[in-house]
Amino acid sequence: MSDETVVAIKGLTKRFGEKTVVDAVDLEVRRGEIVGFLGPNGSGKTTTIRMICGLLRPDAGEGTALGFDIRTQSERIKREVGYMTQRFSFYEDLTIRENLDFVARLYALPDRRRAVDATLDRLGLKTRQNQLAGALSGGWKQRLALAASIMHAPKVLLLDEPTAGVDPLARREFWDEIHALAEDGLTVLVSTHYMDEAERCHRIVYIAYGRIVARGTVGEVIAQSGLSTYVVTGREVAAVARAVRGAPGVAQVALFGSALHVVGTDDGLLGAAVDAAAEGRDVTTARGETSLEDVFIRLMDVARADDPSNRPEAAA
Amino acid sequence: MSAAHARRTAADFVSASRIAALMVKEMIQMRRDRLTFAMIIGVPILQLVLFGYAINMDPKRLPTLVVAADNGPVVRTVLAGMQASGYFDVRVGLATEREVEAAMAAGTVTYAITFPPGFERDFVRGDRPQLLVEADATDPAATSNALGALQPILESAFRPELVGPLAARAPSALPVDLVVQRRYNPEGITSHNIVPGLLGTILTMTTILMTALALTRERERGTLENLMAMPATPLEIMIGKVVPYIGLGFVQVAVILVCARLLFAVPMAGSFPLLLAATLLFIAANVTLGYTFSTVARTQMQAMQMTFFWFLPSILLSGFMFPFRGMPVWAQWVGEVFPLTHYLRIVRAIMLKGSGLADLAPQIWPLAAFWLAVGTLALLRYRRTLD
Repeated sequence: MSDETVVAIKGLTKRFGEKTVVDAVDLEVRRGEIVGFLGPNGSGKTTTIRMICGLLRPDAGEGTALGFDIRTQSERIKREVGYMTQRFSFYEDLTIRENLDFVARLYALPDRRRAVDATLDRLGLKTRQNQLAGALSGGWKQRLALAASIMHAPKVLLLDEPTAGVDPLARREFWDEIHALAEDGLTVLVSTHYMDEAERCHRIVYIAYGRIVARGTVGEVIAQSGLSTYVVTGREVAAVARAVRGAPGVAQVALFGSALHVVGTDDGLLGAAVDAAAEGRDVTTARGETSLEDVFIRLMDVARADDPSNRPEAAA
Repeated sequence: MSAAHARRTAADFVSASRIAALMVKEMIQMRRDRLTFAMIIGVPILQLVLFGYAINMDPKRLPTLVVAADNGPVVRTVLAGMQASGYFDVRVGLATEREVEAAMAAGTVTYAITFPPGFERDFVRGDRPQLLVEADATDPAATSNALGALQPILESAFRPELVGPLAARAPSALPVDLVVQRRYNPEGITSHNIVPGLLGTILTMTTILMTALALTRERERGTLENLMAMPATPLEIMIGKVVPYIGLGFVQVAVILVCARLLFAVPMAGSFPLLLAATLLFIAANVTLGYTFSTVARTQMQAMQMTFFWFLPSILLSGFMFPFRGMPVWAQWVGEVFPLTHYLRIVRAIMLKGSGLADLAPQIWPLAAFWLAVGTLALLRYRRTLD
């Protein structure tokens, strides 16, 4: 990782008709960094990524990728950026090799055959090179898409929910590959829903309803949230959950197996509420660690309350 | 901004490698889609055989009912002449007026010929008896040729009868000697007109449709987003998409021309290379139009509908089905817009008349102009972004 800024956007805004999908987003990504882009469905992650690689024109704001203006120089950006779409978007009626060959030709790679062979080797696709892409399982399709988007040795990789529908082992391998690429200096901006994936990023940015509501390392985001967590265990956790839900100071109540997580912003009120609910019941309470997921659900709730389009009177 | 433009080179706009990538990809996909490929070969053969043999603009042996209250030698001569002309399938019967009416209404007869009572006697007397011919003219094309043939039939039927004392009643000859030559298709063989026309209509349908589907398919399957995120310019995408379909069009041309020669013995009076050159222009215009459709249509269904909206007026107003000169002037102007109109004139002129480039120039430049216009439109319409 270096201090060199690779992607820098400021005030980026996109409207579809009346709806503002991306609202004044600022984002900086440094070279070799893996930045996780998180947020609920429809929060503007895909739209932001598409604006960075020139597939959508921003309505306001400005930005550069690799020093090129995202509004006017998207043709240059496209050559230096690899983009993996959310939905598999290679040709299902072409084999793996033919797909890679197509990409190699489009980028006019020198010594095409070797480039394709090397990519097949690197991602372990050699044995399947003559299979039709449409016949592949989700994990292999994702591998092919990654292979195709890094074959022209891009400097920036934009991944839009790359691991949706992929099994844990394939996801693990995928992330190992991403880290290996980042070590070689590739900059990665990846959108995801998975908390374990967020934790593998150097830095995360949380976007909700088009606005960035939190950013930093995982530890920083958790600390910024100001949330405290109590963990209640024992035979009567379900009763405690009923009692504590809606009590002052309690923001979230969630059961994980036999452990109850109670989360709130005001540590004092929260502690009092949990103690009151546990009083006289066969449970033990302890202070727990706030998880990233708790933070995200909290951020989503806050953002929803803030968003004017989600207020009942606005909808009426 | 200006600096960015200054840095652009020719390779930014057109790169042989990128066009090759798109063309190779398109051809592999074509090859994998066996059903479509089979249809591209099979449909022209089927249509050619079906329409080439089935369509006849000069219908013969039309069912004819004869009401003869008289059965003398003159009546028999007239009927024999009609039968011999081949246009009338004569059924003699003693039908009443009402039965004729019913048969006409039911469509079981096309003609009814009524010889009134005393026809033979009046004829010999020189009273110019009436001979009533009723034709079912709901389809004018079906009846007009046979009606046209009736006058000479009657003349030649009566002439042998008008001898001796009746000779004075023989019609006098025309004051001029009329010479009629049916040039280019002396026997009036319909298939010599239809088969070259089918070349144009089949190409219009398949090439526009295939190309219109090509880009919308990418949009529907989501591959377009990926393609747009890669460095291919609109012009390269258009060339890469369009050229393989031009090649496919020529496969059809080969199939149709071979069939035209082997099955229908359609002559090739003119220059074959000129025909191929004009066909190239025509296919290019159609394929580019199909590409323009695909920049507008959001789904393959819409692309298909647009193709048919274009195809129907094309065949009806181009002169393929009905004589072009028979249409009112405004319709002829509309017809002039369609590439098929000009191409039909070109194909028929080259194959039947042996026309050369100089004769065809008035048909060639409209094709070229159409091509340039839709090509420009396609490039303007092509969206570089997903907006």
